[in-house]
Amino acid sequence: MNILVCVKRVPLTGGKIVLTDDERAISTRHLGFTISPHEECGAEEAVRLVEQHGGASTVLTLGPAEAEEQLRDVMAIGVGGAVHLVTDGSEWDPQATANAIVEAIRAQNDPYDLILFGNESADAGNYQVPIRVAHALGLPCVTGIKAIAMQDGSLRCEQEVPGGRDVYVVPMPGVVSVKEGINLPRYPSVPGRLRAKRKPVEALTPARPEPLLEMVRLTLPAGAGKQAQVLGRGPDAAPVVVGVLQELGLI
Amino acid sequence: MVLVFVTSPDDELSQQAGAFARALGDVEAIAIDSTGYAPAAWAQTIVELIEQRDPAAVLAPGTDRGNEVLAHVAAKLDQPLAANCVSVAAGEPPSVVRVRWGGSLLEQARLHGTPLLMTVAPHAVAAEPLSDVEAVPVTDALSELDRVVRVAERVQTPSAGVSLADADVVVSGGRGVGSAEGFAVIEELASLLGGAVGCSRAVTSAGWRPHTDQVGQTGTKVSPELYIACGISGATQHMAGCKGAKKLLAINPDGEASIFASADYAVIGDLHEVVPAISTEIRKARGG
Repeated sequence: MNILVCVKRVPLTGGKIVLTDDERAISTRHLGFTISPHEECGAEEAVRLVEQHGGASTVLTLGPAEAEEQLRDVMAIGVGGAVHLVTDGSEWDPQATANAIVEAIRAQNDPYDLILFGNESADAGNYQVPIRVAHALGLPCVTGIKAIAMQDGSLRCEQEVPGGRDVYVVPMPGVVSVKEGINLPRYPSVPGRLRAKRKPVEALTPARPEPLLEMVRLTLPAGAGKQAQVLGRGPDAAPVVVGVLQELGLI
Repeated sequence: MVLVFVTSPDDELSQQAGAFARALGDVEAIAIDSTGYAPAAWAQTIVELIEQRDPAAVLAPGTDRGNEVLAHVAAKLDQPLAANCVSVAAGEPPSVVRVRWGGSLLEQARLHGTPLLMTVAPHAVAAEPLSDVEAVPVTDALSELDRVVRVAERVQTPSAGVSLADADVVVSGGRGVGSAEGFAVIEELASLLGGAVGCSRAVTSAGWRPHTDQVGQTGTKVSPELYIACGISGATQHMAGCKGAKKLLAINPDGEASIFASADYAVIGDLHEVVPAISTEIRKARGG
């Protein structure tokens, strides 16, 4: 079993987003970084599947040199090695991202049985990189998955839909994008972090093509920054709250 | 002509996609005439229609399935796709505004490609009736890869109580609840109001509540009449899930918490004191 999990470095946004002066990125002067929540679960799933079935796992990212921090974080929970497609930090559109990942996958000696992604990135949310990668590699792709079981060379994948779960059974090798909730990711241990420092990171520098979905600038949506009506402080506010509930017709 | 891939004539998000598409030309709405969902096969069917009818643009609602099928179309044609657009303006190339960070940020982008491929963010425009939806059968010209990804089975999950997504009132707890046991007061208030219990991502990460209770960008999106946020700071991850609420009441001891910038009503205080007091007051008001 050889598993690849793809992740993306994104800012750890708090309550209020502030843009850079050129309005092309979030100002991260006061922010840390993480990977998208769905991808945290993808990494955890890779580690669990290898624990159950044996084999090896690798994490891949396309991002700036600093994204090595996220690769080490993922390796700290048990993923064995990393591939880093190093960029200068500029925006890559989803088509270019998928093409670079496909090139990197083709260049590996040992083919992957399973390629995991998050359903969509936390920041750009383009909803298409896993599908493009699968298509280019001629592999089946299932998305938004909340349970994976391996059985006899195939993958049984469950997707949450209103009122139930849809089940897909696809042959391996395959591409699966997962959603948060498929598992509860573990925290890295201190020995895990130390081991991660020594794990191999293969760095490649793909060329960035002209984007066809070309980000021009970012804007903050209107309507943020309401003035809340303060109903009171502490438990003494309860009668006023109930008055509001009555006004709203809820009691 | 603009081809719009819809679920059904009555589906609200499909009607919104149709309304959005009118800015780009005459709309031809199609639905795939099949009960078995198979994203790559459905996309191949749309690719054939594109070859036959040569539309200027192909749109779909920005739902899980709309985004998935159009991403397959985009991959098959090797064309760009702009997911979850809120507006489009003509030009060479056209400009779109699309949703990022679950709606906490907007992106202006130039969309190249022929045809233009876009999905429409839910509730970006008002729905308009779809006059005519053509039911298109799935094409026979499918590769093995197109056929293999299909829903093999539907497992029904028994519904327990009020569903989070449909509840009129959601009472949600955040890190400030402090423990799994601390949710007793949240559950009590939700039950008195006939509502559902929600929580923030910090709570599910701590293992206090299941992910099915999580409201947020990577959890459930809710749209109740009233959302009561207890001990929730108001991170963008959470707000992306509850911005559809008609009214928001925030209970937080920190008067500077960013949740108050999105709230209609504020109570500054410890939820462990405030929430039980509200429950007591509701019982009193009901004469119990």
